[in-house]
Order: sequence, then structure tokens, then C-alpha cells
Amino acid sequence: MYVAVKGGETAILNSHELLAAARRGDERVPEITPAQIRQQLRLAVARVMSEGSLYDEDLAALALKQAAGDQVEAIFLLRAYRTTLPRFGYSLPVDTSRMALRRRISAAFKDLPGGQVLGPTYDYTQRLLDFSLCEPSASPLPPRADEPLAEAMPRVSELLGHEGLMEEELPLPGDPAPVDLSREPLSFPADRATRLQNLARGDEGFLLAMGYSTQRGYANSHPFAGEIRMGEVALEIVPEELGFAITIGEITLTECQMINQFAGSSTVPPQFTRGYGLAFGEAERKSMAMALVDRALRAAELGEETTAPAQQPEFVLSHSDNVEASGFVQHLKLPHYVDFQSELELLRKMRNRHEGRMKVGAGGTAPTEVAAEENA
Amino acid sequence: MNMNDNPGHPVERQHWLTALAMAPCAALEQALEQTRSAGELPTLIWLRLPQTGLFMVRARAGGSGAQFNLGEASVTRCAVQDEVGRIGIGYVRGGNVRHAELMALFDLLLQDEVRRADLLGAVITPLNERRQAAREAASREAAATRVNFYTLAREVE
Amino acid sequence: MNAPHIPMLPGFADPVDDGQRVFRALLDALARPGTVRQLPGLQVSLPRVPAPLHVAAGAVLLSLTDFETPLWLQSPGGELAAWLRFHCGAPLVAEPGEARFAVIDSPATMPPLSAFAQGEPEYPDRSATLIVQVAGFEPSGLRLRGPGIKAECCIGIAGLPAGFWRQRRDAQAHAPLGVDLLFVAEQAVLGLPRSTQVTQADEDKEN
Repeated sequence: MYVAVKGGETAILNSHELLAAARRGDERVPEITPAQIRQQLRLAVARVMSEGSLYDEDLAALALKQAAGDQVEAIFLLRAYRTTLPRFGYSLPVDTSRMALRRRISAAFKDLPGGQVLGPTYDYTQRLLDFSLCEPSASPLPPRADEPLAEAMPRVSELLGHEGLMEEELPLPGDPAPVDLSREPLSFPADRATRLQNLARGDEGFLLAMGYSTQRGYANSHPFAGEIRMGEVALEIVPEELGFAITIGEITLTECQMINQFAGSSTVPPQFTRGYGLAFGEAERKSMAMALVDRALRAAELGEETTAPAQQPEFVLSHSDNVEASGFVQHLKLPHYVDFQSELELLRKMRNRHEGRMKVGAGGTAPTEVAAEENA
Repeated sequence: MNMNDNPGHPVERQHWLTALAMAPCAALEQALEQTRSAGELPTLIWLRLPQTGLFMVRARAGGSGAQFNLGEASVTRCAVQDEVGRIGIGYVRGGNVRHAELMALFDLLLQDEVRRADLLGAVITPLNERRQAAREAASREAAATRVNFYTLAREVE
Repeated sequence: MNAPHIPMLPGFADPVDDGQRVFRALLDALARPGTVRQLPGLQVSLPRVPAPLHVAAGAVLLSLTDFETPLWLQSPGGELAAWLRFHCGAPLVAEPGEARFAVIDSPATMPPLSAFAQGEPEYPDRSATLIVQVAGFEPSGLRLRGPGIKAECCIGIAGLPAGFWRQRRDAQAHAPLGVDLLFVAEQAVLGLPRSTQVTQADEDKEN
């Protein structure tokens, strides 16, 4: 039960001041700007955009500054802000096959057409703290190859598709508009479009743990990172007043195609199946984890045994959102004084009854009478 | 306005709208200075004041399958109209109001056949070249990290 | 390509503030059914709208419709359609039953109320709101009762087709399904949500 409490206005206002001072820290150290965060903490910005479900680097950087670096708080700020903005419409589906690639790798094929492109990755760093970063440094001019990458690079899934060894991903009949979780509440059974939107805005840590669990045996999956690509894709819209599509900018995306073995069914021969991950910005861990969980959630549809948590749509989709999760966990610190008082009284009554019973019990009452009293 | 009377061939207009939306805002400011010094600008009214809102970005499962909603992107848009009823529109990703305004202005100017050829040459072509150069530079940086992995075990025929 | 352009009429002078002002007035109109209210500030915020719209109908459409609200027009003229497409982005539909909003500019020849979306038992809100343009309002003729009305109020609405109120009474048998009505005349609006009971003051109830 919730009962309003009053008072504390001055204390709350003072707490805001204290928070602002704590955020600023020692004034002898220069204040950080959102532009610096956007440029130099771009992976933090990407996560806030991805889970805040709003692609806007400036707003995400501001949210990170305001939240003093607390990502979930920054995500919350971004989600709250988006509710103040009007929705103009839906974009055309982004075409990741026309991505201007900055990274593209496959763990399944060594020699893929177009080559493996490492891009800006931590993968081959030594993970040794670099103390030279304590001092200002000039931005190094990265080396350039003589030739740019090929304009279009085929997807790995298409290579296997020609042999019929890879399940096809085709639009649904009529290519219907998908459910929009920012408009409609989550309901079950959830179709793949709903699941993918939920996972795309889901908490990276949660998806990582869920994806990890599928690798450790909680779901019978044997994934390969078929292809991971990162780069810029065009954002295209069709304004109602124009009636034709225009490109209004680019967004950075990270896409992961996981390949999983599939034993086949009565109607489908054995083939590879896919899990899909897509996230705003440079977000490789997120998109890989998302792809693992997407595939695990397809278990029922593929007629596989569903035994593991990552295969349960209600479990996964209902707990993936960190704004919801954080809200429900953190509401526990709000005043529950009346709740607690009633529990305290109940506990006292039970204790009294228990003590009384112990005395009576010592006098030799039959256990059946005790049971009757409890039910009363 | 008769909606069938498309001001400028759709493909041509699509082409310049994309160039304007993808341009750095500073480059458009510079182009405005140039255009101003070359002659007077028409009197315009706001048909739609600049406003930042959202487009839901859609994607496809597996890159080619069923559509799903990925997440939103902020977009700023506006529209201007001149005395003869031409409408210039601006739509840019992000929150840059000035960029949307400049896009709408140039879209409108480009619909004027008297100005079009000059503007395509003086503004749109350089913007496209600049974008192409930036894209190629980024691609060459990525290409410098291309690898050919080879397996250590000798493959047995 | 150089065909003469007809300048398009602007929408609200200030889409956010003007839209919110009208939205607020419409909330009041539906919360207090039967009261005629002038939409505020339209001389400045929306001096002209395309024919055959009344200014208040234009203001309602600019405030309430967007790309997610299919719209049915009784008179889908070229200039009006272009104006709505530009300023509201609302898709125009040919079937009344597909619309979330409908504009009726000639009530005498309007489709029956049952032709419009009535909502679903789980989602009664998935129904149509009808914007009905009328010649004007009169002090008497109808007696209104229901939520938002203290006891009873009287109002008259000119120019509705014969049998309109009987149709509406029949539709109320399916509550909570139904349609909501906004009557407009020039700059004035009168709200009639589906929950309001209307009886005709004269004895001619068969009308």
C-alpha cells in the first residue's frame, strides 16, 4: 500500500545542490563538455543511444554528463526526454548490405569475398593500462590503404544461401508494419519483430549474461559469428508531402549474424539457422549477445526443446529493460512505512501466537488443534 | 499547390535533397554567403516552423527478413514557401535547426529553373565531391586494417 | 515544370503552443458536453483554412491528427487534401470504417454513424471521432444528460439529417463502443462524447 508522505522539501532541494556539486567535482579540474563526451567516450554514448532507444549523440552525451557517467541513469534521462518529442513517422528499413563499412569480420569463413576488415577494435590490444594517456596526446593520423574497400560486400549468409545450407530471411507476406513496443505494451506470444525490438533496447549486461548462459549449456546452441559488420548506413524516409524517399543522414550500426546448426524437422532439411543482432553505434558485444538470445528465443518456432531461461520469451523479454528493472528495484528505497508497520504488527501477532502454542504444546495439546487455530 | 506538379524532377530533387541533408552545416552557411553575394534571395514565409521530433528507425531480421523497429532517431524539419508558392523542405537527422533551415532554403532555390543550373554547379556538385572524398578516406583507413588470416595447419588435399 | 503554383495556406502559426491550446479546449469540450466554446486565438494562429473546412475544424485536425490517424473526408478536394497531407501527415482513406477521424461538411448527406469504426470490446478507444460541420448552435431543441452535465442541459444543433439522434441512440446500446462527436461552426466547437444521452425536446421523437 502506498501512503503519501509530506515534508522534506528543503532537504530535497539541498540534495539537488549537493548532487550538482558532486557532479562538478574539484573546480580546479576543467569541466567536461558534452562535445568531449561525444568525441572521446563514443562507446558510452553508443550504449546510451542503443538502450535509450534514441539515436542522438548530442543528447546521449548530455545525459551522460548529467548522470555523472551512470549509464542506466543516462538511459533513463534519454527515454524520458524522447516522450516530449513528437513522432514524425517511420523510416524505411535500413539496408545494412549497403553499409559504408569500417569493420567486417567473419569467424566462420577465413577467405570471404571483400576480406576481413578489423577496423577500430580492442580485440588485438594487450589490455595493458596505457599510462601515456595520462598526458595530452595528438590524434594520430591513421594509415590509409591505396584503395578503398569494395563498394558493396556480400553478406556471409548469402554465400551459404546459394547452396541452400542457410535458412533464408525473407520479408513476411505483404511485408507488414511491425508492432512498435514504444506504442503498444508487450504481450505474449511475441513475434520475432517484437522480440528483436525488445532486445535492441534491452540491457547489455542482461543480454550478455543470457547469451553466455546459452553457450554454457543452458540451451542447446552451437553458435558461430558468421559475420559482424560496423559502419554507417543511410537513414531514408518518405515524407508524406513528397511521396518519394530521401536520405536525411547516416547512422552508425553494428550488425551480428550468428550461425547455428539446426537438425531439421519434418518439413525442413538440416541447415544453418540464424540469430540476429543490431545495435546503434559501435556496440559489438551488445549485438553479439542480442544475436545469441534472438536465436535462443526461436527455439519454440523451430520445434526445439525449450528448457533454458534464455529460451523463455516471457522470462527474457519481461526482464531485459533496464529502465523498468531499475525502477522496480529502486522503488524499494521509497517510503514503505505503512507497509512495514503492518508487517511488523503481523509478525508480532504471529510471535505471540507461536509463544502461546509452545506453552500449550508443553502442556500436551494434540497437534490437530494447533492446525485448526492457524486456519482460523 | 497541385501535388502532381512536382517542382523539379523527383529523381533530381531527391538527389539534391540528399546532398543538402548530408552536408556539414558550415558548408551550407558558406554556400548561402556565396548565393547572397550573387543576387537577392526571395522573400519567404514559414510553412512549417523548425521542430525536432522522432522517426522510428526500422530494420529487417537477418538484414533481409521481417521488418522490426530498431529504435528512434531525432530529426529536425521545417518548410518554407516563396511568393509564387514553391515549397522548400528541410529534414535532417539530429537536432540542428539551422541545418534544416538552410536545407529548406536551398531546396526552394533549386526549384527555380533560373537559378537551378548555377546552384547545382556551385553548391550541390562540390557537396557531393566532398562527401565522396570523406567516404573514400574513411574506407581507405578501414582498408588498411584488412587482413588475410591463414591457418597454421597444412591443409591436406 | 513551371506550372503556376498555388501558395499553400500555412498551418498553426506556432504548432506546439497553438496545438496545445486547442487540445486543452477540446478536453474541456468533451468533459462538459453540450457547452459551446470558441476555440481561443484562432484569428491569429490560424486565420484561414482550405474550403470547405470551418476554421475550428482545421484547428481540431491540426491538433489531433498525424501520420498514425487515418482520416476520411466527406469532400476530399485537392487543396484540402494537400494541406492536410502537408500539415498533419494524415493518410486519407476512402472507406469511413477505416478512419480514426472523419470530417463531415454536409451533414444532410453523411453516411450513417454505423459506417464508422465503433471500437472493439477490448479497445473501445479504437473508434472514430467525427468532426461535423454545422450551420450553428441554438439555445434549445435537445436535452442532454450524462457524465459532465449537472442534471440536464439544453442545446440545439442546426442542419442534422432526419433520424440522426435515433441512430445515435441505437448505437448507444453497444456501449462502451460508439463514436465521439465534435460539432463545429466557424470558430466554435461543441463536444458530444458517446456517453451523453440526448433526447429531443419536442415530442417528435420519431424524427
